Amino acid sequence: MTTPAIELSGVSVGYDAHCPVLQGVDMRVERGAFVTIVGPNGGGKTTLFRLMLGLIRPTKGTVRVLGEDPARARERIGYVPQHFSCDPLFPVRVEDVVRMGCLGGARRTRQQARERAAEALHAVGLDGLGPRWFNSLSGGQRQRVLIARGLVTDPEILLLDEPTSNVDATAEDAIARVLGGLRGRMTILLVTHTAAVASRFLDTIYCVNRSVHAHPATDKLDEELMRHITGFALASGVALGGPSDV
Amino acid sequence: MFDFWQAALTHPLARNALFAALLVSLCCGTVGTYVVVRRISYIAAGVSHCVLGGLGAACYLNVAWGWTWLRPVHGALVAALLSAVVIGWVSLRRREREDTAISAVWSVGMAAGILFLYATPGYSQDLMGYLFGNILLVTNQSLWLLAGLDAVVILIVWWFFHQFQAVCFDEEFARLRNLNVDAYYILLLTLTALTVVALSMIVGVVLVIALLTLPAAMAGRFARSLAQMMVLASVLCAASCLAGLSISYRPDLPVGPTIILVAAAGYLITALLPRGFLRKG
Repeated sequence: MTTPAIELSGVSVGYDAHCPVLQGVDMRVERGAFVTIVGPNGGGKTTLFRLMLGLIRPTKGTVRVLGEDPARARERIGYVPQHFSCDPLFPVRVEDVVRMGCLGGARRTRQQARERAAEALHAVGLDGLGPRWFNSLSGGQRQRVLIARGLVTDPEILLLDEPTSNVDATAEDAIARVLGGLRGRMTILLVTHTAAVASRFLDTIYCVNRSVHAHPATDKLDEELMRHITGFALASGVALGGPSDV
Repeated sequence: MFDFWQAALTHPLARNALFAALLVSLCCGTVGTYVVVRRISYIAAGVSHCVLGGLGAACYLNVAWGWTWLRPVHGALVAALLSAVVIGWVSLRRREREDTAISAVWSVGMAAGILFLYATPGYSQDLMGYLFGNILLVTNQSLWLLAGLDAVVILIVWWFFHQFQAVCFDEEFARLRNLNVDAYYILLLTLTALTVVALSMIVGVVLVIALLTLPAAMAGRFARSLAQMMVLASVLCAASCLAGLSISYRPDLPVGPTIILVAAAGYLITALLPRGFLRKG
């Protein structure tokens, strides 16, 4: 039996001893799976990622990533953060941002790092934008650059924390297509509040709200899932997408 | 206006001032870029004012205790490095409010410096020189020291360029790539301290922060990458210093304040330029 990509057993964690953010979490993600994680704000989704990245330790239970302690496995994980905002005048080129993903891993020559960055930009559909100033890009393009930064080391696991939260519908669609293209190439965990994105990735769904439970397999968003995604009961007239071809 | 350039050809002091301006611009533009993008100018100001404490203590020990080998710049280096590490440690641990700790280091350094200078026989009149600097009194020995500081700063920045860039751009991501973010932050503050000492020879401890930030802030409006910003900031710093020297030489104005006003005028002009003009693309 192969080692799972991620395994949490009886995990509890909290920033305050009397108020756990997550309690009694059991979760197993197989290699190559595409997992969509939904749940209300403050439910513990980002904390779950922080556990997987080894940035925080559980107060109870164990977390194993690729069979290792999460901090040791970090180099094999790509991560796209939630709500990334930087100084609007920060002078950095797109290529430099993507190359930041190479830091701390295997040593590469400047040429190798450039080639890796160009490949990662190609994977997210931003060929030729390497020399551009990062802050001159649109919000959706910047988000795709951050996905490229997560992909540049060819990680075994990619964690995406609400990558479509601050972008318009067109950019949302572009990001969903990029993720669709990555499906099956690595283990992907996607946190999203966006129904249109979640509806495209219904392979495996986990609902996180202090505890974590797997949602039964489905091929479309039902009312319960919508409640987990939006935090509200399903409003009439909300169009629900079925599984798409991405 | 051209008197300074004529003097630079004949008088060693004017020539030294010219070389000092060029040398200090290298580390000023390089480290100033980090100070601006990492938004640590208040920390740099705290370090620069604390330098007066080291200068004063070194003068006092030199004269009153007969430690003739101890020069003011040695005290400045110790005070700058010590204050940078203390402020950095407080900033990382966050047990104390950062701005309160910086203000404390700032004022304690200034107060100690003034008291030491007051207690040093024959040195009280030099207070203005330390506060506002005098580039026209830079010696050959100081030029070598400036060149050494430049070499250390540029070598470290060249070696750790990508790490510093990642830490300044996205600290959390840098941590995830297993970079020792705290160590790089302290190293950055150490470089800032070395640059502050170099700059204090030119414009004095009070005006250091202006020269450290204004050229870099101007450059930041045009540059698309950190390396570009460093080069441009160095050029603008050199231009400000040389323009300040040229303007102040004939009417015998204080050089440090003139340099700062020139840099501030440049900053004002770039700040007023229309956005389209600054578009970096």
